[in-house]
Amino acid sequence: MKTVTAANRIAQAPRTRSAWKRRVVRNRYMYLMILPGLIYFLVFKYLPMWGLIISFQDYVPFQGILHSPWVGFKQFNRLFTDPDFWGIFRNTLSLFLLNIVFYTPVPIVLAIMLNEVAHPFFKRIVQTIVYIPHFLSWVIVVSISFVMLTLDGGIVNEMLRYFGFGEINFLLDSAYSRPLYILQTIWREAGWGTIVYLAAIASIDPGLYEAARMDGAGRFRQIWHITFPAIRSVVIVLLILRIGSVMDHSFEHVFLLINSMNRQVMDIFDTYVFTAGVQQGQYSYTTAVGFFKSFIGLALVMLSNWLARRFGEEGVY
Amino acid sequence: MVKDKTAGSRLFDIFNYLLLLLVALVVFLPIMHVVMSSFATVEEMARKPFILIPETFTLVAYRYVLSTGAVFKALGVSAGITIVGTAVSMFTTSLMAYGLTRRDLDGRKVINFLIVFTMLFSGGLIPTFLVVKELGLINSYWALIIPNAVSAFNLVIMRSFFMNLPDGIEESARIDGCSDFGTLFRIVLPLSMAVIATISLFYAVYFWNSYQSAILYINDAEKWPLQVLLRQIVLVASGISADTANDFVQPPEQTVKMAVIVIATVPILLVYPFLQKYFAKGALVGSVKG
Repeated sequence: MKTVTAANRIAQAPRTRSAWKRRVVRNRYMYLMILPGLIYFLVFKYLPMWGLIISFQDYVPFQGILHSPWVGFKQFNRLFTDPDFWGIFRNTLSLFLLNIVFYTPVPIVLAIMLNEVAHPFFKRIVQTIVYIPHFLSWVIVVSISFVMLTLDGGIVNEMLRYFGFGEINFLLDSAYSRPLYILQTIWREAGWGTIVYLAAIASIDPGLYEAARMDGAGRFRQIWHITFPAIRSVVIVLLILRIGSVMDHSFEHVFLLINSMNRQVMDIFDTYVFTAGVQQGQYSYTTAVGFFKSFIGLALVMLSNWLARRFGEEGVY
Repeated sequence: MVKDKTAGSRLFDIFNYLLLLLVALVVFLPIMHVVMSSFATVEEMARKPFILIPETFTLVAYRYVLSTGAVFKALGVSAGITIVGTAVSMFTTSLMAYGLTRRDLDGRKVINFLIVFTMLFSGGLIPTFLVVKELGLINSYWALIIPNAVSAFNLVIMRSFFMNLPDGIEESARIDGCSDFGTLFRIVLPLSMAVIATISLFYAVYFWNSYQSAILYINDAEKWPLQVLLRQIVLVASGISADTANDFVQPPEQTVKMAVIVIATVPILLVYPFLQKYFAKGALVGSVKG
């Protein structure tokens, strides 16, 4: 925290009307700096929130929000009685849980492994390589895996054939869609995800390890009793942040993987809203679907934050 | 650190190194394969499932891809929105982040809350789409830039970086008669190169890689950025993705697909080594404090 400067102390003193005006006048350039960003947030973040009210209408683009007929909870009734909706709900939740359960441990383990490396050169090479995929777009990541997995000449199927397992159509068999999604996520993000954990590990007092060694702790025990507890709070904070971001950022990735063969298991809220809303023009209904999704996302983050605090951790807010 | 040299410890090291080597190979080899086969001949590509060093180097695929015009145009679009988008985003974000550092600023808490709240809750795809549409941005390149101009996350990182600069610097600048803008541009920004470089890289990567905005807001195939075209060429033309509409009637040769993947990847990877020395530091400041 910054210490309160002399100027600030004077400014904070009398909360009278004239003092307030004086502060605003003195800070006029600071307000001017905030203005473009503030306009951005109001127009592109808060105006859409106001736009959520079309989920209570039968929105007609020609009539606009102000003149479209109000229909109460009709869209939400449709949503809760629509079997398609529940399929999408199940898919969204499945991908979300798979993501949290299978992705989360990987960067932690990878960071701990990297931390145990004594050779700085080897460590730097591995780090540089595993960071790269984070900078590749989802189109590229998905393209690369398609190249590897395709039936005609992909290395994976060539190997399966060579070892006598026969070929597997990973790309069109819906049983492989979700595992593929998770593996791609891990491939792209796990290396980059180690950065924060490595920083947390670097701040651990080396004396602790020395003391543990004196007490006869092996490498695994040192990791379990010192490294792990030391990064626990970072793990929890990042987990909470990830819960929010998985809900919001899977569109690009899933949209690339969807095809007519796996739509049944891969269609999630965002991809459904895109096809039924943007492409087919069912604005009010898909806004209701999006509203529901945002609400679930908010609830998940708040719940996990509450749980974290319950168990004596700091949480995000 | 004192190394213990027990047998168990040595065994641990061996496994650790081998596993990390395996991880590095799993990440590296697919990328290497794509890059290298873009230089291979069509025949070799058809004959071998995996290419690490092509027998004959050829630039045929690249010559074909860049002569089609579509890829060349898309490359220009992507480069344009990346440069302009990063500039707009950095301008808006750094001004706002600095503006919010003044502690006696009335309304500061409210604005901070408004920013953080957008990370937790959003109006969703359709209402945002309708706003962009009402603003007349559909089919405009600005639709790829303005609706995503400021990232709340990047803003929070920059703000906490600015807040952590020593107080005395700003104060002495003000005593020397520096205006607020002067302090920002002549004192604060030069001292914040680590975070500026990091956030610029984040924005540049975002703009270069994004295709969600394009498929939402750009109907005109002429105006597609590279990522959308790449999806058409590699995924849709292979009959794997949902759409069937595509410009390439004949499925393109494998080497051509590889060349397009490389063209879509290399520019952003070229920026990375220049900024690497900054971002380890910058990303840490943000993620740990943020």
